[in-house]
Amino acid sequence: MSMISVQGLHKTFNKTIHAVQGVDMTVEEGEVVVIVGPSGCGKSTMLRCINLLEVPTDGEVAIDGVDLMDKKTDLDLVRAEVGMVFQGFNLFPHLTVIDNVMLAQKKVRKRSKEDAEAEARRQLARVGIPEKADSYPRQLSGGQQQRVAIARSLAMGPKVMLFDEPTSALDPEMIKEVLDVMLELANDGMTMVVVTHEMGFARAAADRVVFMDEGRIVETGTPEQIFSNPQEDRTKLFLSQIL
Amino acid sequence: MATEAARGRAHVPRKRRAEEEAWWQSAPWWVGIIIAVMVAMGLKLLFDEDYDLAWSNIIPGVWITIRSTIYIFIIALVLGLLAGLGQVSNNVVARNIARAYVELVRGIPILPLIFTLALVIIPDLSAAVGAENSVPNDWRAILALALIYGAYMAEIFRGGIQSIARGQTEAGRSLGLSRRQTMRSVVMPQAARSIIPPIANDFIAILKDTSLLSVVGVLEITRRTRQYSASSFKFTEAFFTMTFIYLALVLALSTLLTFFESWMTRDRAGER
Ligand SMILES: Nc1ncnc2c1ncn2[C@@H]1O[C@H](COP(=O)(O)OP(=O)(O)OP(=O)(O)O)[C@@H](O)[C@H]1O
Ligand SMILES: [Mg+2]
Repeated sequence: MSMISVQGLHKTFNKTIHAVQGVDMTVEEGEVVVIVGPSGCGKSTMLRCINLLEVPTDGEVAIDGVDLMDKKTDLDLVRAEVGMVFQGFNLFPHLTVIDNVMLAQKKVRKRSKEDAEAEARRQLARVGIPEKADSYPRQLSGGQQQRVAIARSLAMGPKVMLFDEPTSALDPEMIKEVLDVMLELANDGMTMVVVTHEMGFARAAADRVVFMDEGRIVETGTPEQIFSNPQEDRTKLFLSQIL
Repeated sequence: MATEAARGRAHVPRKRRAEEEAWWQSAPWWVGIIIAVMVAMGLKLLFDEDYDLAWSNIIPGVWITIRSTIYIFIIALVLGLLAGLGQVSNNVVARNIARAYVELVRGIPILPLIFTLALVIIPDLSAAVGAENSVPNDWRAILALALIYGAYMAEIFRGGIQSIARGQTEAGRSLGLSRRQTMRSVVMPQAARSIIPPIANDFIAILKDTSLLSVVGVLEITRRTRQYSASSFKFTEAFFTMTFIYLALVLALSTLLTFFESWMTRDRAGER
């Protein structure tokens, strides 16, 4: 059974904007998939359909065998198993770093304060900023904030991590610290779907690269196949523009 | 040409430059003026028998004004929160009921609405559910003003909630928090920052607007003032005493609210 299974996915906004038009994709446990494609091609929408942050217009989405399109499925429980990291971090500005990481553990996982705090400190150490526990998000650099966001998701013990351009809002000198954390996560065997323009990360971490255009998957392959030997003209054109 | 002539005329340039205000220009004289007015009124009340008489006739209304203000504020706060949440709800029925309530109230001036609610709608509704005359007159008036301010506060809550970036809700939901938990733990604490000051404003506005309840027979400050002045013909004394009492109440409440606000934001002074 695949960890993520997406079949015949369609997402239409306002009846006219066809953001995703028939995507099939499966991701196995421990697999790292990088999604690339031109701006507006539906990468974010597709990713957000995987945890139903965006409800698909049509198609099937399943996480670890649980059918998310079934109205009986408790989405909150599934979402706790699917971490999501946003381009804009989206930390909670009114809470300290440690409270950011503890909130959902307590509310969703029903962990005691002590357990939640211990787990939060463990995850903050894992992303390399244990000393920032009592700071507020605004006191942190962008790279540090994004690492807190990753720790916040990891503290829920997710089966899957989704990343939507996690380094696009960062100054160049901070990109590496975030990518290093992600790389380590990939090496630890986390199942990951990553939308990014960081081709270096794709080469180093991805088992598979998916090229999307106009709401569809155009080409899929290993990083080597996609970057060095693309088959489709649209893939070649896109790569020539960004590399 | 005219312009030539203008240019030809001797022109002494007057330089523009920033000038610091002198202390007497920036001093808060207005505080002094208000204190002076209050002291003058206070002395009148202490030493003028006519004022003293007016005072003792009006003062029983103060408790009714204060009590009404508190009841109205609490009920309006609950109504406002419910209607504010209703307006941003996913539920079509809740959304439209909340919107209709807010728009209806905001489309009608306060005084006519108090008449209509307190003298027609609330009595008729209580009669319709088989409890005719079950709501005492003071409570009809209190409910009327609470319904009105509930709609005003709903707009404050809605605005505050909608001012929080969508990414905050998405981050909460993606961690597995329910809609309700996200609203409670993520959105509301942040929205409180922009919600509290205008709500405090409305608290003061309610205090002042309880004077409107006099028109439906609530024996609060204004009503008592009018009764006393009409029977004694001491208009000057009665009206000055009334305004003094209102001013004192409003100043006291706004001071209290200022302390409350700074206490609410105490440990986050430097945030954002
Ligand atoms: N909530 C929305 N309402 C209406 N249209 C939307 C919405 N979200 C996305 N779209 C549209 O759907 C299309 C795909 O958007 P999406 O954000 O998925 O693209 P993307 O590949 O992530 O682009 P980018 O690289 O710029 O992030 C775009 O045309 C976008 O304008
Ligand atoms: Mg995007």
